[in-house]
Amino acid sequence: MSAHLAIVLTAMLGGAIRVSTPFIFVALGETLTEKSGRINLGLEGTLVLGAMLGYATAYETGSPWAGVLAGGLAGVALGALHGLLCSLPRVNDIAVGIALMTLGTGLAFFFGKPFIQPEAPHLPSVPLADWTGDHALAEALRVNPLFFVGIATALAMAWAFRNTRVGLVVRTTGDSAAAALAMGIPVDRVRVLATAAGGFLAGVGGSFLSLSYPGSWNEGLSSGQGLMAVALVIFARWSPIRCVGAALLFGAAGALGPALQSVGVTQGYYLFNAAPYVLTLLIMVGSSSSVDAHRAAPGELSITR
Amino acid sequence: MSAPAIAAAPHAGAVSVSTVGMTKRFGGFTALDDVSIDVPAGAFHVLLGENGAGKSTLVKCIMGFYQPDAGSLLVGGEPAAVRNPRDARALGIGMVYQHFTLVPSLTGAENLVISRADVPAVIHWRRERERLAAFMERMPFRVPLDRPVASLAAGEKQKLEILKLLYLDGRFLILDEPTSVLTPGEADEILGLLRGMTERGELSVLMISHKFREVTTFAETVSVLRRGALAGGGRVADMTTDGMARLMIGDTVVRERGSRAETAGKATVLDLAGLVADDDAGRTAVDGVNLKVRAGEIVGIAGVSGNGQAALVEVLNGQRPLRDGRIFIRDEPFEPVRRDFDRFRVFGLPEEPLKNAAVPRMSVAENIAFRAFDKPPAAKFGWWLSRGPIRSRAADLVARYGVKTASLDAPIATLSGGNVQRAVLARELSGDVDVLVVANPCFGLDFASVAEIRGQIMDQRNRGAAVLLVSEDLDEILELADRVAVMSEGRIAYQAPVGETDRMTIGRHMAGH
Repeated sequence: MSAHLAIVLTAMLGGAIRVSTPFIFVALGETLTEKSGRINLGLEGTLVLGAMLGYATAYETGSPWAGVLAGGLAGVALGALHGLLCSLPRVNDIAVGIALMTLGTGLAFFFGKPFIQPEAPHLPSVPLADWTGDHALAEALRVNPLFFVGIATALAMAWAFRNTRVGLVVRTTGDSAAAALAMGIPVDRVRVLATAAGGFLAGVGGSFLSLSYPGSWNEGLSSGQGLMAVALVIFARWSPIRCVGAALLFGAAGALGPALQSVGVTQGYYLFNAAPYVLTLLIMVGSSSSVDAHRAAPGELSITR
Repeated sequence: MSAPAIAAAPHAGAVSVSTVGMTKRFGGFTALDDVSIDVPAGAFHVLLGENGAGKSTLVKCIMGFYQPDAGSLLVGGEPAAVRNPRDARALGIGMVYQHFTLVPSLTGAENLVISRADVPAVIHWRRERERLAAFMERMPFRVPLDRPVASLAAGEKQKLEILKLLYLDGRFLILDEPTSVLTPGEADEILGLLRGMTERGELSVLMISHKFREVTTFAETVSVLRRGALAGGGRVADMTTDGMARLMIGDTVVRERGSRAETAGKATVLDLAGLVADDDAGRTAVDGVNLKVRAGEIVGIAGVSGNGQAALVEVLNGQRPLRDGRIFIRDEPFEPVRRDFDRFRVFGLPEEPLKNAAVPRMSVAENIAFRAFDKPPAAKFGWWLSRGPIRSRAADLVARYGVKTASLDAPIATLSGGNVQRAVLARELSGDVDVLVVANPCFGLDFASVAEIRGQIMDQRNRGAAVLLVSEDLDEILELADRVAVMSEGRIAYQAPVGETDRMTIGRHMAGH
């Protein structure tokens, strides 16, 4: 029994790292966008389009890193579109986000058809535990470099929000547009750039899906992870560091089903696979009434105003 | 103290600003008509005037928000082109607005540093902190810089606003009713310190105010605007309060005090027992309020804005849930729901009536019908409404209360503030009133409306209603109330009959001492 438990835990650790990586990127992107005062629900579409374009680019060029860049640039395009549309008067950011979610997934499905069959090169992974000789552990700790990039990005964002002009300008814009305007900060431009940069991160997260784990392109690839990442930002109370913790939690929940399957527990497989969605629901219920979340929320967000 | 530095203003010190024949039109309306004022370097100048007299227009022209249609601006004696607020800032002119321009989630230090034009891309906090500490050494007031601004008290925020302008090398400060959110003590402290800085020639101040006490205590010179034109002005020492008031309101009859009928010794009507309620962020806003209001009595709740008065009024209006405590009316439990409002004849005039007591896009007639639309004669069987009675009742009330509206069918949002207030008053006061809850009823209204609305409130008192008046205007409370209660940090900190207390005692309790 304890051997089984060890296997499940090892598999969940590996799964948490793998599954959490796209969550980290999307959540960081959304944090950046929301800190500037807008909500981009379109990141689900960005994630899927990033996955598809990343896969296609890696297949065509033979370089998975070119695919990551392509995924990010797709995110920049969608993010900038969201930012520009929302800069028009009386345009609601949530409605635009939903429209772009549909646009992103639609574009990806349309152009992605020819890439479902072919095999694109995968991103390399860093073997952290091969030296132990434990096969399961070595397998679990083959970590994709993007995971480390994500953690580094989170640390850099947390630092930048406190210690750089850009960081303070983004926070100012997100908390009080009136104050920002009085300082001569071009509010709309800051928001467009923040949404585009957030889109880049989400697109990179998408390329991870198709180029590392699960590691192929198909239409059911994301299954709503982009939307869950938005919930995760609220749970993480707009802190990049807490985003990483929350993403790991979601990742572990997502890894529960496959981990149990690996030791032969097949009963309720789909139920366990639903764990991240259940977690999302619980978190939304918990945090929507949370006083702390209310206090930490940027003042300009349309949900808090 | 004399003001020796005025004549020889040092290069880095105060700067003078004058407007010459400043005129600003909005369409056919002349908001500012040939106004020339002169504020020498190191002066403390006050701009007096009623709402709509053009004070804000004038300072916005100085700040570059508006471009005047005629006239010019002199800064330090030289003609200056100020096309936007940034130009004004470059000339050392800064403005403290009525609403705060600080970023709530940023700390004081972050707010100061980010407001600078030359913030480095990466902020070296240790060096910035040293520079801020050196800057604060020279400043007359202290504000904690390490906490998010959202957690500061209103007085501290106001000080930080002023510090921000001085930090940006402001040498000419424009203050727009800076003391409206402060206790009398805080206001005196800040204005006194600014006065000191003007006397040392470090700063010139142009302050918009309507509080004569502040003018006579702190200002050297005054300009009075009326309907966009300069009505008069000069050295404060040469003028009387009555004279300034007459310049402000012109030939309008100065209001009389509402006559107060003797109603002492009646029974308690409204009894608030241990009310506790939270604000939107879940913090305790009303923290155990116990208060009794008798029939034929006005109890005035004074306090600095943000000490729970707004939440208390929302509780009584049914807009905010009670966490603890009970409300009793004539010893019967009262729930703030429509049924009980009718049964106990509880009426209310909340602050910002357009937001809290009216549906802006519904018509004047419909808004006036809110209390009666589902009862005969307006409604049959409780659900079938007939427009006839609704309109005729509205027409009657509009005429009786002097509501100026283009039509009964005009959306109420198209009315001016005073007329929205009158329409809501007409709705609330037209029947028998047992309990009346009023919050800041005269905020932003002109002299004539103020007199009328205060008269109506006094009328209800004289007819035996129990009136709870929540106001940020201490003068209003001293004029109307029989008993004063001071609210501080969600509690009733002090209570006294109005004849047995004075402004300074009330002010001390407002400050929480």
